[in-house]
Amino acid sequence: MSLCPGWAGPLTVEKPRPNPITAAWPRPRPHGDPTPPEDLSAAVWSLVPALYAPCASRGWCCSGWPRLETPECLSTRPLLGPFLAGRAVGHGGVKELFSSLGVECNVLELDQVDDGAKVQEVLSEITNQKTVPNVFVNKVHVGGCDQTFQAYQSGLLQKLLQEDSAYDYDLIIVGGGSGGLSCAKEAAILGKKVMVLDFVVPSPQGTSWGLGGTCVNVGCIPKKLMHQAALLGQALCDSRKFGWEYNQQVKHNWETMTKAIQNHISSLNWGYRLSLREKAVAYVNSYGEFVEHHKIKATNKKGQETYYTAAQFVIATGERPRYLGIQGDKEYCITSDDLFSLPYCPGKTLVVGASYVALECAGFLAGFGLDVTVMVRSILLRGFDQEMAEKVGSYMEQHGVKFLRKFIPVMIQQLEKGSPGKLKVLAKSTEGTETIEGVYNTVLLAIGRDSCTRKMGLEKIGVKINEKSGKIPVNDVEQTSVPYVYAVGDVSEGKPELTPVAIQSGKLLARRLFGASLEKCDYINVPTTVFTPLEYGCCGLAEEKAIEVYKKENLEIYHTLFWPLEWTVAGRENNTCYAKIICNKLDHDRVIGFHILGPNAGEVTQGFAAAMKCGLTKQLLDDTIGIHPTCGEVFTTLEITKSSGLDITQKGC
Amino acid sequence: MAAMAVALRGLGGRFRWRTQAVAGGGRGAARGAAAGQRDYDLLVIGGGSGGLACAKEAAQLGRKVAVVDYVEPSPQGTRWGLGGTCVNVGCIPKKLMHQAALLGGLIQDAPHYGWEVAQPVPHDWRKMAEAVQNHVKSLNWGHRVQLQDRKVKYFNIKASFVDEHTVCGVAKGGKEILLSADHIIIATGGRPRYPTHIEGALEYGITSDDIFWLKESPGKTLVVGASYVALECAGFLTGIGLDTTVMIRSIPLRGFDQQMSSMVIEHMASHGTQFLRGCAPSRVRKLPDGHLQVTWEDCTTGKEDTGTFDTVLWAIGRVPDTRSLNLEKAGVDTSPDTQKILVDSREGTSVPHIYAIGDVVEGRPELTPTAIMAGRLLVQRLFGGSSDLMDYDNVPTTVFTPLEYGCVGLSEEEAVARHGQEHVEVYHAHYKPLEFTVAGRDASQCYVKMVCLREPPQLVLGLHFLGPNAGEVTQGFALGIKCGASYAQVMRTVGIHPTCSEEVVKLRISKRSGLDPTVTGC
Repeated sequence: MSLCPGWAGPLTVEKPRPNPITAAWPRPRPHGDPTPPEDLSAAVWSLVPALYAPCASRGWCCSGWPRLETPECLSTRPLLGPFLAGRAVGHGGVKELFSSLGVECNVLELDQVDDGAKVQEVLSEITNQKTVPNVFVNKVHVGGCDQTFQAYQSGLLQKLLQEDSAYDYDLIIVGGGSGGLSCAKEAAILGKKVMVLDFVVPSPQGTSWGLGGTCVNVGCIPKKLMHQAALLGQALCDSRKFGWEYNQQVKHNWETMTKAIQNHISSLNWGYRLSLREKAVAYVNSYGEFVEHHKIKATNKKGQETYYTAAQFVIATGERPRYLGIQGDKEYCITSDDLFSLPYCPGKTLVVGASYVALECAGFLAGFGLDVTVMVRSILLRGFDQEMAEKVGSYMEQHGVKFLRKFIPVMIQQLEKGSPGKLKVLAKSTEGTETIEGVYNTVLLAIGRDSCTRKMGLEKIGVKINEKSGKIPVNDVEQTSVPYVYAVGDVSEGKPELTPVAIQSGKLLARRLFGASLEKCDYINVPTTVFTPLEYGCCGLAEEKAIEVYKKENLEIYHTLFWPLEWTVAGRENNTCYAKIICNKLDHDRVIGFHILGPNAGEVTQGFAAAMKCGLTKQLLDDTIGIHPTCGEVFTTLEITKSSGLDITQKGC
Repeated sequence: MAAMAVALRGLGGRFRWRTQAVAGGGRGAARGAAAGQRDYDLLVIGGGSGGLACAKEAAQLGRKVAVVDYVEPSPQGTRWGLGGTCVNVGCIPKKLMHQAALLGGLIQDAPHYGWEVAQPVPHDWRKMAEAVQNHVKSLNWGHRVQLQDRKVKYFNIKASFVDEHTVCGVAKGGKEILLSADHIIIATGGRPRYPTHIEGALEYGITSDDIFWLKESPGKTLVVGASYVALECAGFLTGIGLDTTVMIRSIPLRGFDQQMSSMVIEHMASHGTQFLRGCAPSRVRKLPDGHLQVTWEDCTTGKEDTGTFDTVLWAIGRVPDTRSLNLEKAGVDTSPDTQKILVDSREGTSVPHIYAIGDVVEGRPELTPTAIMAGRLLVQRLFGGSSDLMDYDNVPTTVFTPLEYGCVGLSEEEAVARHGQEHVEVYHAHYKPLEFTVAGRDASQCYVKMVCLREPPQLVLGLHFLGPNAGEVTQGFALGIKCGASYAQVMRTVGIHPTCSEEVVKLRISKRSGLDPTVTGC
């Protein structure tokens, strides 16, 4: 039942006219302050910057709007506290609700001001709500009468009414990576006073970098670019078959590539600095350490200490590569923290580990023509579908990467200094007493990552961490054991360690904390792609996990090998690329696992992940028409089940 | 007797066939006595994607099937093997030549990524063409083998109807053969249209039937037309380093989203393809030195102009291959305007046991996967006891221009026409593929837009993606749209970083807001 039936009908707007927002709004100029629109819509926007946030979560374009000038009919009203646009005949009890909460409500009677109809029109444009009253609290759009009472019942209204000014900041974020920055920017858009503390502790080899965290500096971005460089090597080979003529042996120049990649990264670092400044987020290049409740100590490069307080905190410090803890590892080995900015070609390389970082690095290094060996303790790509993982490995093996299975290094010795030098690696079998020795120019450790949570004073304020992993346990709203401290990204326990996940959860957290949102981050069916030489994209469950959860007899697995058209003329191997889906027979053959090994796996997987969000079934796959000729179309014609045991090799087309 | 059997089949056919298939388990048992008087259960005319799919499916269901296929040489004398347009003179060679052109772009990227390749790298048409043609020939062979494996009889003959159950085939040597069948499927597809009213068009011009089979480089080329065939061909010709001009009389990519179409053109123009807009050719003459002199008229000013080219490629549309079929003998109706065959939602023509699928049919998307699926569903209805109809809505497709354009669902114009401007919300973004940064490539036309209903939950009506690997990006989202995805659901999907397709799940700026849709940072 509606709480205020009298207010359900729309206010009459005389006639259709040009959209006041788009008509009046000058197109903002990139990299400059947007020119404030001078008409009424600007004033209404200025009341409700929060509304604007969902469309402007990226980029510079909404900075400064809360400070826009307010026109006459609104200028006398304070922008904080509840604001209500309605008609003088009544407000469905909203006004009374606010007085019962002990707050005064600013009321704009639209039928009593000259430009009321216009205000109403603008309000309906930006809030998608045509009815009155139209309620805002502290610049956040709550909705109409019903929504306001619902917000009251859920406690959201009370939360919005709280104004905490006893601290320096509304929010301090520790860690300027993907998650931290997205949370900071979103909170700033919502009109909060925000600080980001970011400090890169140099790696044991002395590598450090700028703002942006792992993804930008030592993760996704440089790795995908180096992967692309390696793919280009393959493309150069292919191109001869497609008629491009050159005779020379093409060599790869590590320095040229690295310089180009580092230049791009610098521009991204700079972009982040700029976007924080534009959103008036305070950025401090210091190491953050909690000293007491709501108070953090920031230590800069020179050792100078400053103290800041905030109402709430977000920990987004991420992870750093793990070391083996054996003789010579920190002295002589590098990690992914160092590789992408290495000033010299690494030469003959031993990659230790079988994580996706290990395999991706080994893949592109081999793609440049380097002699690469991967030392694997047990299995490849733990946590991923093992059939796929083995296929990833065997493709790499066929393309020149050597694998040493079931060995772990026990000692690293330097034989020669240099760029690169020469290292002797002693390793022992995990199964027996056998030891082996090898000489490499570079040893890259990629055995896992550790959370950066142990040296930031968490124990001083009582934030619990998992003692073993160092990760921070959080509830479904990213809250730690201390209510005003939250954690997002790789430091939070049990969450996928992926940039887009951190971005999404950071943004949604800010919206829940400071906006009128209750939306939680959905960690189900998160797609990902491993950028090995043959890319592996997946979404949903691995086959073994699906069997564990649903039992084998309740699953139907469809699979096929395929031969990308581009590979045919290029003379690349048939029966290598592979597609697999796992369906739950008990639930309309719903697709619960999606796996593809092939070129552009990331591009292919994304759309299927969106389809899985919408409840993709095998029937829908069959009903969908393929795009010919692509790799993605293979999923629309999957016929052979694994249980049938039929041959899936391709003969011809 | 025969008529009675047909009538019976029409009534209780579905059940009967199924029982027989189970009980008899073989082709012999499945054929009724009356039907046995005809040579085949199913005769398929046309060995392209649709026809072959029908034939194979019917054979798998235990039917006695024949396929007749005959490639009438193009006016320039080009001919090819089994498999139809897609395999021989369509998707396959076009995508391979597109790939050759893309590789040319990658060679230019390579030095930025540290590969020491001396530029410029020349391209050898002959080598590419030979490799592409060899692959196509292997596919022709593959199709022959597949038919043989499934015991489908294949005739390389030109077919025309004698009566509604009988087809006469003429082989290359002139030998005639009569074939009769209970069911006949017409899947003869289409062929490029020649502007025969233009002097010299037929004599000196080539079409997409010829381009992929040229032994020598086409050299400086004029492509006439604004279809996707025209733009794709012009795109790869430019990409492998040829001087290429496209002459367009009115709008490019008619039927596609016009904003996207104009960006496709913009991208091509900025990468070396020349455009003559608003022009129509009036004659083609061969000069004594062997070059072709083309005269055209500017449609607005009426001014004439001429240019000299090595090759003139017509890509002004396609006509259905129905003329030589003697359809009137069987009583199959065609559209008087397009000569395409008229069918109902069950692919049935005006004659009950004659069906038509693929490009030869009026009002269907002219796409390989559509023909294949329509064919398979048709055969499953005829012989497999199914009643599933083909759903022609939300068919995804991709135009393989140098910057690929993938789309599914409604264009923005169509969405507005159907639902009204007020009820349509368009989310869009200009993005820069990560790989473009280091390579220093211009990403001005990398653009994605999602057309949604404005009312929550904002059902997705159409998706348009312009950028690298657009086909791969679009396929999965096509499924999403098929599942009835809403804007909110797409936004809840976590992106895969760093890819181009993640831009789709990060679309936040609506056109209505008037805000700058340029994506900054990651």
